[in-house]
Amino acid sequence: MGEFNQAFIYGCSAIGAGLAVIAGIGPGVGQGIAAGYGASAVGRNPGAKGDITSTMLLGQAVAETTGLYGLLVAMLLLFVKPFKLTM
Amino acid sequence: MLQNILLAADPAESVDFMIHGIFSYQLFGQEVWITTSHVCLLIVVLVLCAFFIIGGNVFRHAKTTPSGFQNFLELIVEFLDGMVDKTMGKKGNGFKDYIGTIFIFILFSNISGLFGLRPPTADYGVTLPLGLITFTLIHVNAFRYNSIKAVWADKCSPLPPWLPLWMPINLISDIAVPISLSLRLFANVLSGTVMMALVYGLLQKVAYGWPAVLHVYFDLFSGAIQTYVFCMLTMTYISNAMGGEENA
Repeated sequence: MGEFNQAFIYGCSAIGAGLAVIAGIGPGVGQGIAAGYGASAVGRNPGAKGDITSTMLLGQAVAETTGLYGLLVAMLLLFVKPFKLTM
Repeated sequence: MLQNILLAADPAESVDFMIHGIFSYQLFGQEVWITTSHVCLLIVVLVLCAFFIIGGNVFRHAKTTPSGFQNFLELIVEFLDGMVDKTMGKKGNGFKDYIGTIFIFILFSNISGLFGLRPPTADYGVTLPLGLITFTLIHVNAFRYNSIKAVWADKCSPLPPWLPLWMPINLISDIAVPISLSLRLFANVLSGTVMMALVYGLLQKVAYGWPAVLHVYFDLFSGAIQTYVFCMLTMTYISNAMGGEENA
C-alpha cells in the first residue's frame, strides 16, 4: 500500500466530484417536463397563469433538490476533503 | 501565454468563497470563532432594523391617500399577506407576521451578494435554524389543532392506528423536512456564490461589467425564487399539519 499518497486521494476525490454532479441530469429533465406542461396549461387556460406559474416553480424547486444534493457531495469532496491518509 | 492573460496567475489563491474566521474566543473550554458570515448577518439584520424602524414611523403618520414610501410599504405588506391568504386560507391569519418576516429576511440575505457581502444564507449555520423553526411550528401546530389520538393515527397512517409498523418511516420523513428545506436554500445560494467567485477569481482581468448579468440571475432571480419556495413550503407543511376535520 506504499504507493498510495495524498495526491492520489485528492485526484480520486476530484473524479468522484465530477461523477457526483452527473446527478444534475435528473432535475434538468424533470424541470423541463414541468415547464413544458406548465406552458401547455397556460396555453389551454391563460386566465390561471399566476396559479400555474407558482405551482410550477414550487414543483421545480422541489425536484431540484436531488441535483443540489449531488452538488453538495461534489463540494464536500473538493473543498472539505473528507478523505485523509491515515497511516 | 494566452492562459496567463485571461486567467489568474494562481487559481487556488484567487478563488475564494469560503467563510473566514475573524477572531476566536474561548467559551466553556471550546474555541469559538466569529466569522465573516456573522458579520454579514449582522449587516443584513441592521439594515432590516433600520428599514423596519423607518417603515414603522411612516405607518404611524400614515395618510389615507398613500404616496411615495408608504405606497411601496403597502405593496410589500399586501403581497405578503396575499401570499399567506392564498396558500393557507383562514388558517394563516396567525402566521402572516412570521412568514412576512422570514420572507424579507431570506430575500435580503440572498440578494446581499449583489452588495459585495457573502450571503449569510450560504452558511449552513443560518439555514438550519430556519428549517428547525419550521419543524417546530409544524409539530406544535399539529398538536395544537389535533388530538393526540389523531396525531398518532396520522403517524401510523397507511395502516390502522393499532398497528404502528409504518411509524418509523413516517418519523424519518418528518425529520427529513427541515433537512431538505435548509439544504435546498443553502445549496442554491452556495452554488450562486461559488459561480460568482469562480468568475471573479479565474477571469480577474476580463471580469468587468458583464458579470452583472450573472448577478441578476444568481443573486436576484435564484434568490427570490428560493425565498418564495422556502416560504411556500413552510406554509404548506404547517397547513397540512393543522389539517381539517377530515384529514387529521
